[in-house]
Amino acid sequence: MILLRLWWEFFKIGLFSVGGGMATLPFLYDIADRTAWFTYDQIADMLAVSESTPGPIGINMATYTGFTTAGIPGSIAATLGIITPGIIIVLLIVAVLDRFRRNRYVEAAFYGLRPASTGLIAAAGVLVVGISLLNVDVFRETGNFADVFNIKAIILAALLLYFTRWCKPTKKLHPIVFIAASAVVGILVF
Amino acid sequence: MKELLDIFLASFRVGIMTFGGGYAMLPILQREVVETRKWVTEEEILDYYAIGQCLPGIIMVNTMIFIGQKRKGNIGGIVAALGTVFPALIIITVIAALLSNFADVPAVKHAFAGIRVCVCVLIFNAVLKLWKSSVVDWKCLVIFIAVALASLLTDLTPVLFVILSAAAGIAINCLGVKNK
Repeated sequence: MILLRLWWEFFKIGLFSVGGGMATLPFLYDIADRTAWFTYDQIADMLAVSESTPGPIGINMATYTGFTTAGIPGSIAATLGIITPGIIIVLLIVAVLDRFRRNRYVEAAFYGLRPASTGLIAAAGVLVVGISLLNVDVFRETGNFADVFNIKAIILAALLLYFTRWCKPTKKLHPIVFIAASAVVGILVF
Repeated sequence: MKELLDIFLASFRVGIMTFGGGYAMLPILQREVVETRKWVTEEEILDYYAIGQCLPGIIMVNTMIFIGQKRKGNIGGIVAALGTVFPALIIITVIAALLSNFADVPAVKHAFAGIRVCVCVLIFNAVLKLWKSSVVDWKCLVIFIAVALASLLTDLTPVLFVILSAAAGIAINCLGVKNK
């Protein structure tokens, strides 16, 4: 039964990939080796599509594979497969955590976890800055230091910073407004 | 029933507005569930996010399950998971069916070059907000800097950083008491 197999293969990815998006990749290559569902090239295509659509790469890959293998029921089966382990495990953790919430050691652990969590997010932000505001590849080719900076992108970033932090009338707008505006600027100017 | 529908809608909104990977979800999440709906606090988001890193599965979906669970128990958690993945399910199915070369369309590429710039700024703003509730003294500052640098400069799994910083938190607080 193809739907059950799709669910099971993506259940395993959901169970064993720890640490987010890219952690699913080795498992996808493994499935490509064992089945005829998709090829390495399709995984690369899917990565590109995932970067250009909302949603986590793991979910996108599950949906895409499910659809190309067994149509819409397939995309639903694979997507449910990849989220099932998370649902079970998170709900179990919550049950345990609720009991120990006021425990001195649990509170102390969270004291250390919170700055670590913020640190991980800040590091991810630095990576996105590297991809979107700097042209490290162009600099390596030309050796001209002025080529490091993607001027148009930096100007856009400065404007966005102003409108999201200091400009009173726009500062409270929903983040999606700024995302949409940046997409338009990207199409027109970049 | 109405509350479950609201959980589904909130997680649907988080799912559909998350462009450019899991990290971009934080500003949206802060807006939807902390500021607008007041379901959880900034501290709780950080806790869920840190635990979500260490659990199998997708960080963003795991974080939403925590929030849904807190709001309406286990069924709330399941509804939040379904709501988060629903937009991707629809969008990817449409793309797979109709636009096989979607990512190569020039307009799409340029739009996402613009969106990525916006994601930088949004993450920067998110970090500033989270900073207030997480970096409360110099010991936290040391943990913040150490984790940010280690995560940038090494290929080690974030799971390791999360476990070590939890251990550091216990060491600082629980051993510190003994010294007094």
